[in-house]
This record gives sequence, C-alpha cells and structure tokens, in this order.
Amino acid sequence: MRLSPRTWTLIILAVLIALAPVTFPSAFYFRIGALIFVNGLAVIGLVILFGYAGQISLGHAGFAGIGAYSAALMPMHLGLHPALALFAGAVLSGGLAFLIGRPILRLKGHYLAVATLGFGILVFIVLNNEAQLTGGPDGMAVEDLGLRAVSDALGLGLRTAEVWYWFMGLVLLLGAFLALNLHTSPTGRSLRSLHNSEVAARTLGVDVVRYKLTAFVISAVYASLAGSLQALLNGFVTPDVAGFLHSIEWVTMAVLGGAATVLGAVFGATILTALPQALTVFQEYEHLLLGLIIMLVMIFLPAGLLPSLGKTLRQGESI
Amino acid sequence: MYEFLQFVSSGMTVGAVYALVALGFTLIYNASDVVNFAQGEFVMLGGMTTVFLYDAGTPLWLAAVLAVMITATVGVLLNKLAVEPARGASVVSLIIITIGASIFLRGVAQIVFDKQIHRFPAFTGEDPITVAGAAILPQSLWVLMGGAAIFGVLYLFFTRSVIGKAVLATANNRLAAKLVGINTTAMMTLSFGLSAAVGALAGVLATPITLTSYDVGGGLALKGFAAAMLGSMGVPAGALVGGLLLGLIEAMTAGYISSDYKDAAAFIVILTVLFVMPRGLFGRAVAERV
Repeated sequence: MRLSPRTWTLIILAVLIALAPVTFPSAFYFRIGALIFVNGLAVIGLVILFGYAGQISLGHAGFAGIGAYSAALMPMHLGLHPALALFAGAVLSGGLAFLIGRPILRLKGHYLAVATLGFGILVFIVLNNEAQLTGGPDGMAVEDLGLRAVSDALGLGLRTAEVWYWFMGLVLLLGAFLALNLHTSPTGRSLRSLHNSEVAARTLGVDVVRYKLTAFVISAVYASLAGSLQALLNGFVTPDVAGFLHSIEWVTMAVLGGAATVLGAVFGATILTALPQALTVFQEYEHLLLGLIIMLVMIFLPAGLLPSLGKTLRQGESI
Repeated sequence: MYEFLQFVSSGMTVGAVYALVALGFTLIYNASDVVNFAQGEFVMLGGMTTVFLYDAGTPLWLAAVLAVMITATVGVLLNKLAVEPARGASVVSLIIITIGASIFLRGVAQIVFDKQIHRFPAFTGEDPITVAGAAILPQSLWVLMGGAAIFGVLYLFFTRSVIGKAVLATANNRLAAKLVGINTTAMMTLSFGLSAAVGALAGVLATPITLTSYDVGGGLALKGFAAAMLGSMGVPAGALVGGLLLGLIEAMTAGYISSDYKDAAAFIVILTVLFVMPRGLFGRAVAERV
C-alpha cells in the first residue's frame, strides 16, 4: 500500500513525539517539549496563511493575546471552566479576525504587513494598559486546566510536565491533521491558487476575498488556541504574549522551517524554541549567536531548513 | 494655546526622528526592494558609538562624525555579507535576514558597549528657550534643523548629481539601469551606506533628548516602518510627512487624552488611512502584472 504524503507527515510527527522523551534527562525537557508543541500549533496556523494563501501577518500574536487572556479572565470573572474559556477565546479571535479581515486583506505585501502589525500592537497596548482587569505589565495568574487531576484519576502516574507534553503532543497532531486535510481539500486548492496569482485565481472563478478571509480566520483560531494553551501551561500570562516580538518569533519559525509545509512549521518551532534555551549557556553572547544563526540559515537555505535539507538528501540519493 | 504649541514642538521633534528612520527604510527599499528591520539599530549605533567615544575623551563633534562613519560601514557590511549573498530569496526571507541582523547587532552592542542607558550633553546648552509660552529645548531645534538639512541634501543629491540619478534609475527599473551602464550592485551598497548614515545621524541628534541604550532600535524600527508605510513605502516625501504626522499624533494623544494610548492612536490612524488609501498617502495605483 502506498501512503500519501499527508499520512507520512502525520506518522513522522507521531513517531518523533513518541520517541523524543527517551532522550530527556529531566522533567524540564518535557516542559520545553510542550512549549515547542504550543509554538508548533501557532506556526501551523501561519503556514495556512503564508504557505497556502500567500498572505503575510506580523500581528498574529494579537490573537494569541486574546486567547491567553480569555483563558485567564473568563474563569475568574464568568466562572467558566478553563477548557471552555479556551474555546470561547478561539470563537472570540475567529470572530474578530472575520471582522477586521475584510478591510485588512484588501492590502497587499508590505501594507498588509504593517496593518497586521498595527492590529497586534493595539491588542498589546490594551492588555498592557487596562491594569485593573489584566494586571498590566506584571501579568496575572491563570487557573489550572486540571490535566494532572485527570491523569491521576486515570492512574497514569505522570508528572505535571509529562502530562502537558503528551496532551500538547496530541493537540499538535490534531492541528497538523486538520491543516493537512485542508491542503488537499477544494478550499485548500483555491487558497494555493490565489497564492500563485490572485488575478489568475479570480479568472478561474475563485472567490479571492472569501478564501483569503477563510485562511485568516483559521490561522487566527490556531494562534488563539496556542495563546490560551501557553497561558494554561505556564499558569501565568503577561501582555508580552501579544507583543510584536512574539509575532516575529512565529513568522521566523514558519520561514526558517520552510513556510509551505506543516512538517517545516513544527521543525522551525522546535529549532527556535530549543535554541534560545541551549544558547543561555553562552550568556551575553546569546543574542549575537541567535541573530547570526537566523541570518546564516536564511542566506544559505533561503527556502527554509526542511525543504533545503530534503533537496540535499534527494540529490544524494540520485548520485 | 501655549500648551498646544508645546505639544507641537515635542511632536515635531519625535516626528523628525521617525521621518529620518522612515527615510532610511525608503532609501534601502528603493534600491533593493528590501525592508530593512535593522534600521533602528543604525540609530542605536549612531547614539551609542558617540556616547562611548565622547566618554573616552574624543571631542563631541569628532565622536559624532566617527559614529556616523562607523555606522555607514556597518550598513555596507550588512549589504555585502547578508543581503547580497541572499539575492533572489523571497521578500519574507529577506525580512527575516534583516530581523536576524537586528538581533545580531543588538547582541554585539550589548557586548561592545553595555546594557546601561546613556546620553551625552546637548550641542548648545540644556536651558529651554521660551517661545510664546512654550518651552523648547535647544537640542529640539538641532533635531529639526538637522532633519531638514538631511532631507535637503539628499533631495539635491538625488535630483542634481549623476550618482544620485543613477541610484534613482536603479530604484525605478534595475534591468533598464543595468542596460544603460549603471553599476546597480554599487548603487545598492551606496544606498545601504547612506541609509545607515542617515540613521546614525538621527541617533546623534536625538540622543541628548531621548537617551539611548543597546535595545532602543526595535521600537524605532517599528515606528519608522509604520511612518514609511503611512506615507507610501519608497517615496521620500512620504517618509517626511508620515514621520512628522506620527510624531504629532503621538504628542497630541499623550497631551490631550492619555500617554498610555499614544502608540495606539498612531496605529489606529495608520490602519484607518490604509483602509481608505491602501497604498498609503502618497501611493499611486499600480496594476499587477500577471
């Protein structure tokens, strides 16, 4: 039986998630793993927006901010369970993306970049300034999602970090599965057609405005869920979750890994989440090295790490 | 009334710095289609290098000149070592390269200099001048006059000199410029050097008022990029208007509404303008080639 690339991607991801813990010397690594999956989820959302539909966004952390503060505020003020707050946040982000998407997506290229950037910064400013509600720059505590309690009730005997690792691993697989299904669906094909040429796509009868909006809303929901999950994982949230740097980090992960593929997204998230942790041993040289590595990868592997590596491997086989 | 004048003067001062950063974006964008997010680091390098040379005993004017020359060299190196080798990469890849460069330069500054906040004395005294009841720092006048002079000199350079016209030709159509014998690679290098020098000058002029540290570049790049887009990327007059407008909006919001929301007001105006005029204030409609 021949397996489709989609199935292969899911199998590779599942095997990597399952086997990685073998190399983990301490619970700290499970935490980093869970963080990688959180970022991976958001970056898969960006792959749908950049890789499929060819639209750039420098403000998706704004949706993460909405998701994160939904998970923090709704249980506190509305008495919602954090799990429900997570979905409520996603609905809120998706709705907002739907409302602002139409005027924003009329813009192209760098104008789209600055408009999305402006949106993200506006969310950050509100979260930062409304201190009586959000705690301002100091941030606020987030209620426990109750994963450990579920795991204990099932008698799994896992530590908190481990529970989060496996839970986020499953969430990431689900996110990857949905994104891969979208890729081959009629909607996915329409998205990819407008990536190549909007005019050509329109000529073929693709409703360009609607499909761009679809991709924008889907990626906003991914970002919102990632924001909520990050807040719940950390048990704490600050406005930085919506900050410009956070948006840029995700874009860099998407491009570094290879913007058009789900596997590349997870790869980029892995490298850029783990690398700063590894570079802390270099102390004050940390930033210098991080910047240098980003530049070198993009100069020598402009298509991103994974596609470039794949190409090298394939060339190796043919020789 | 004097209150309004006060806000105008502080808004114009900040706006002039934004306009210079936006001009830096425009110079590089025109020559190479690259949006250089390391633009803010040029401003930081200008200010920080001047501070450290001055503290080491160099006269202020000499420290400033050296700082601009050193930063211009950094700009040229950025082009030669990071942007030129990546020719043909996608726009987003090039943006990521310049973001990498900005993180790298910040990391270098943190080691070569330090993590403290610095300033050097104003050029001509610290006592404010009172004009119609509004107190204006002499250094503010330096920023405004300096900014105007830089725009003026560059305008003459681009409209009167052969090299300036060659840069403009490269910006307009690289292939056509090559065909008439213009060394477009050299024009790109020149643009990076010029842009870095303009950024460094902004840093030298503004540091006595705004202070500087290794990490001021990120915020400035953001505002400069926004200003450049507001006035249409690639149009020098747009950079000037966009920068001043941004500074004035911020100052007025901070003065009359709330200083917490001054950045928000700036971005709300930008979003509104782009919704109505998708190519910025000075943009012309361009048909997409299929």
